[in-house]
Amino acid sequence: MTIKGKAYIAGAYEHPTRLAKDKSVAQLHAESALGALRDAGLTKADVDGYFCAGDAPGLGPLAMADYMNLTLRHLDSTDLGGCSYIAHVAHAAEAIAAGRCSVALITLAGRPRSEGHSGATPRIRGADAPDTQWEFPTGVATVNAYAMVAARHMYQFGTTPEQLAWVKVAASHHAQHNPHAMLRDVVTVEQVVGSPLIATPLHRLDCCVVSDGGGALVVVAPEIARSLKRPLVKVLGAGESMKGQMGGDVDLTYSAGVRSGPAAFAEAGVKPADIQYASVYDSFTITVVVQLEDLGFCEKGQGGRFVADGNLISGVGKLPWNTDGGGLCNNHPANRGGITKVIEAVRQLRGEAHPAVQVKDCRLALAHGTGGLLGSRHGAATLIMERE
Amino acid sequence: MAKERSIPAPMANPETEPFWAAAREGRFLIKRCTACGKAHWYPRACCPHCMSEATEWVESPGRGTIYSLSVMKRAPEVYAVAYVTLEEGPTMMTNIVECDYDSLAIGQAVQIAWRPTAEGGPPYPVFKPR
Repeated sequence: MTIKGKAYIAGAYEHPTRLAKDKSVAQLHAESALGALRDAGLTKADVDGYFCAGDAPGLGPLAMADYMNLTLRHLDSTDLGGCSYIAHVAHAAEAIAAGRCSVALITLAGRPRSEGHSGATPRIRGADAPDTQWEFPTGVATVNAYAMVAARHMYQFGTTPEQLAWVKVAASHHAQHNPHAMLRDVVTVEQVVGSPLIATPLHRLDCCVVSDGGGALVVVAPEIARSLKRPLVKVLGAGESMKGQMGGDVDLTYSAGVRSGPAAFAEAGVKPADIQYASVYDSFTITVVVQLEDLGFCEKGQGGRFVADGNLISGVGKLPWNTDGGGLCNNHPANRGGITKVIEAVRQLRGEAHPAVQVKDCRLALAHGTGGLLGSRHGAATLIMERE
Repeated sequence: MAKERSIPAPMANPETEPFWAAAREGRFLIKRCTACGKAHWYPRACCPHCMSEATEWVESPGRGTIYSLSVMKRAPEVYAVAYVTLEEGPTMMTNIVECDYDSLAIGQAVQIAWRPTAEGGPPYPVFKPR
């Protein structure tokens, strides 16, 4: 079975808040859901499938489905960390193709900014996780786990801090046009490498923002998509995977994108060179470099050279990328950037991105992310979409 | 030498208790599979390479090289998180101590050191340049 052409993304909504001291997480989920359903021209009564991940409060999907008072025949709380929502689109398409639901709602929300979270503070990811007793004592924070990938990439391939900085520069060029973006000032390579070192070799401006917020998507069956007054954004292909430490055979030079990417391209029947717009998770600048290589946009080890000199800036470079400003400048709700990657890809395919960053006649887009920690164990999900 | 941060106590479980008991005696154990012959990290009862349950604890001299590292600058006490590849093969996440943080490098030879942990927990295996 393939999901190619079996489902469409009919609704997409990014909550405008970046600081939600006066709201609850459940409220942000529901407000995001409402936004996506309105965008699609659907209502709560139409929803028969619901998808969420670890940011949803309560037990799996139960608390949020009850909070929104949904009547469902399909539920899925697959958690791959920040890329979960990209995988959810594929899982929704599978469920729709199997007749298990026809209108699938996906939500994400969180308020790490209000709660004072920082990617520079070690935190336990499950006290009972088998790796915790071995790794938590090291003080490994999120930023260290990515920084070790960067350090190895520099050592093995000669990647430079300036090349990594170009990723942030590109994000900032796009964020200047996004009124909701947390950071709207255009920055230079010199400013990135001149910002304080947080965890060597990553600087402050190599790191994404910490923001409150949320997002939601509505994935529907083809006949429903055609009955709505929205541009048709078709699911063409998807892939997911994970990669860990392989029993001690640690190799930080690649991500699980080496499996999720080719699977998605094969199902979609397209190749990297066909992609007109790419949303690629930018938790840190290095995340983008490794993933672009693994997805096949350039050779392994060439990611630093690929992203340099504005190659990711819409209208300037070869691969328009994260035109909302990404996690580096716009938004990283719940410390999970997967859903915003799909949302901006949908905007591009609909022609609804900001005119300054809109890709002309954008018909084929990719959304890809990793979740968890790139340098220890992470999930990956890739989604390819087409404007019909 | 700058002040070192306090290391939280590792939470042992029945599967890993022999490691931490040996750590209290200053002995560094790793797991090796008697079915496929391969050593692994972190220690498991079930071999992550071949899934055999025939794994055994073996004592390691704790010598290796730095595979990658990141010096945490944004902390009250600077510290280095690293992956160290042991001579037996496996690569483990750990800390590098007793060093000049600015001159640490990938490929550098290191040997095991131990650090006390909070609340009377077992010593935690870290590495220092050799």
